[in-house]
Amino acid sequence: MVSVGIRHNINQSGRLDGQPMLFAHGFGCDQHMWRYVAPRFEDEFRVVLFDHVGAGNSDLSAYDPQRYSSLSGYAEDVVAICTELELRDVIFVGHSVSAMIGVLAAAAAPELFAKLVLVGPSPCYLNDTDYVGGFSVEDINDMLDSLESNYLGWSSVMAPAIMGRPDRPELGDELTESFCRTDPSIARHFARVTFLSDNRDDLSAVATPTLVLQCANDVIAPVSVGEFVRDRMPDASMVLLNATGHCPNLSAPDETTAAMEQFVRGSAPVRR
Amino acid sequence: MTASGGEALDAFYEALRDDDADQLYDRAPCGYLSTAPDGMIIKVNQTFLDLTGYQRGQLIGRVRFSQLLSVGGRIYYETHYAPMLGMQGHAHEIAFDLVRADKSRLPVLVNAVLERDARGGPLVIRTAVFDARLRREYERELLRAKQRAEESEARAKALAKTLQQTLIPPAPPVIPHLDVAAAYRPTGDGSEVGGDFYDVFQIGTNDWVVAVGDVCGKGVEAAVVTALARYTLRAAIIEHSEPSTALATLNDVLLHHHTNRFCTVVLLRLRHAEGEWAGTVSCAGHPRPLLRQSNGTLHTVGKPGALLGVVDSPHLHDVQFRLLPGDMLVLYTDGITEARSGKVFYGDDKLAAAVARAPDSADALTSAILSEVLEFQTGRARDDIVVVVIRVPVS
Repeated sequence: MVSVGIRHNINQSGRLDGQPMLFAHGFGCDQHMWRYVAPRFEDEFRVVLFDHVGAGNSDLSAYDPQRYSSLSGYAEDVVAICTELELRDVIFVGHSVSAMIGVLAAAAAPELFAKLVLVGPSPCYLNDTDYVGGFSVEDINDMLDSLESNYLGWSSVMAPAIMGRPDRPELGDELTESFCRTDPSIARHFARVTFLSDNRDDLSAVATPTLVLQCANDVIAPVSVGEFVRDRMPDASMVLLNATGHCPNLSAPDETTAAMEQFVRGSAPVRR
Repeated sequence: MTASGGEALDAFYEALRDDDADQLYDRAPCGYLSTAPDGMIIKVNQTFLDLTGYQRGQLIGRVRFSQLLSVGGRIYYETHYAPMLGMQGHAHEIAFDLVRADKSRLPVLVNAVLERDARGGPLVIRTAVFDARLRREYERELLRAKQRAEESEARAKALAKTLQQTLIPPAPPVIPHLDVAAAYRPTGDGSEVGGDFYDVFQIGTNDWVVAVGDVCGKGVEAAVVTALARYTLRAAIIEHSEPSTALATLNDVLLHHHTNRFCTVVLLRLRHAEGEWAGTVSCAGHPRPLLRQSNGTLHTVGKPGALLGVVDSPHLHDVQFRLLPGDMLVLYTDGITEARSGKVFYGDDKLAAAVARAPDSADALTSAILSEVLEFQTGRARDDIVVVVIRVPVS
């Protein structure tokens, strides 16, 4: 059994005695998505970054299609990371699909989590009666085709290499070739699991204090979906960002960080 | 190419000659877009308008680049393309479908760079858009071919696995008054059928036969010969009671069969009479079985004989021996002794040592040999492995 550190390419920084902040990346890329946000919390917190199995520099051999056939498998990983690193009182920050992975993890092990920050969450991407997720099944198939076309250049011998060059805004050349790329069959499977999941019924069970960060113009998670998450969760508030798109952690790190500051650094609001 | 493609190209060449920057931009053989960091279009060239059928006024300051993509493309844009641009400052050869003004789709390949200001903040994204209709059609054909190849590989593996299972008895062998254990470990990932086989069957009251063999080579042809060897032995040993004669029959069958494949077999007949087991063994080019007696002594049984399927009248011998309570007999294929770690063979000595020190049980001895040999090869067997162990219980 490979250690969780290697399986998930865990990287820790900040104050090791501080309250843990666990950052989870969304579908498509890896922990580097937090590169402009996570360091802002190193002054006070124990910052923990990881890659989901199948993404980034995780152990691809640990990818088990059965285990990862629903988001629960990913949520179990999050709980396992907390348990093995002995993280308590965790502030979980999840982007995109990892927002719901965090909700499922908090439902499974509520005692581990102090707060949830959900960036661009969507409990269900497909449209349903009285619910606008934003997509039809045809749209999702179209996206899978798009994935397929763009993985033509992927090669299994391409060794992903991780480096740190904080002095440069761009990633180094070594990573350029591997960022946002992984084994096509894994990417396809993760895409299906992500975009066909429906976790709307899981929201009301999670009473952990939650902050929803919602972008103004996000085709993947529209404002109405962010509001749905806020309304269904017992103790959630929402901040509407001016940032557009689905990745404010990348396109608007200042605004994203500022929106998180008070919620993350302040003491948890009293539960009603 | 659009209807005016030829004309546009002529205009571009003219601009090249005259070094006319405006024309070089507008009539470039690819679409050009400049957008704000959030994707809002601020400048496009004529080629892009020709490709998509939009008017300049419909796009500038009104539409984000991602809004011109198919829905699937938009998801890819948000989850991959925008992060790549933001993190590495460029994206190359990204396949998108543009939705034209008339709602038709245009497959394109896109290259983009992100220009940054002096402080490193994003300033403008410059994007080149190439018509990729023919290339994408070709790639789709490649993808379909790849999917067909993968399906066919999966079928071949399933077939090989099924075939593999027919080379050994369907259930673990059982002989009354004996402990029998067997292990069969085909080499590789199971995509190919190997040539090792074993069989345990009854031919009369208190009369049993054990066969362990190895057909040279792998693949379908080897599997056909393996199956032939198995059922030939089953028939021949009933007609001829001596193992050597049954092996000679198999030799004839192989010589008349249209195959160049030869094989090695050890054939053992076991008879139970008056509470005792008597064995007759014949070895055709095969490693001789190892006998561990209850007092701990270890020796081979049988006399070496010729392999089968090569010469007309191979020299084969029958050797009789007794199996007493506590005795263990080990039959195996050369996948054990010829297992290699680097240039070192596992060999007869290591096998003898493993047999000598194993616990007094057919199951335990079988799994001890198997795990030691697999470990010796660091888990990856280079050849098929068969081990059959027979032990006379101490009553």
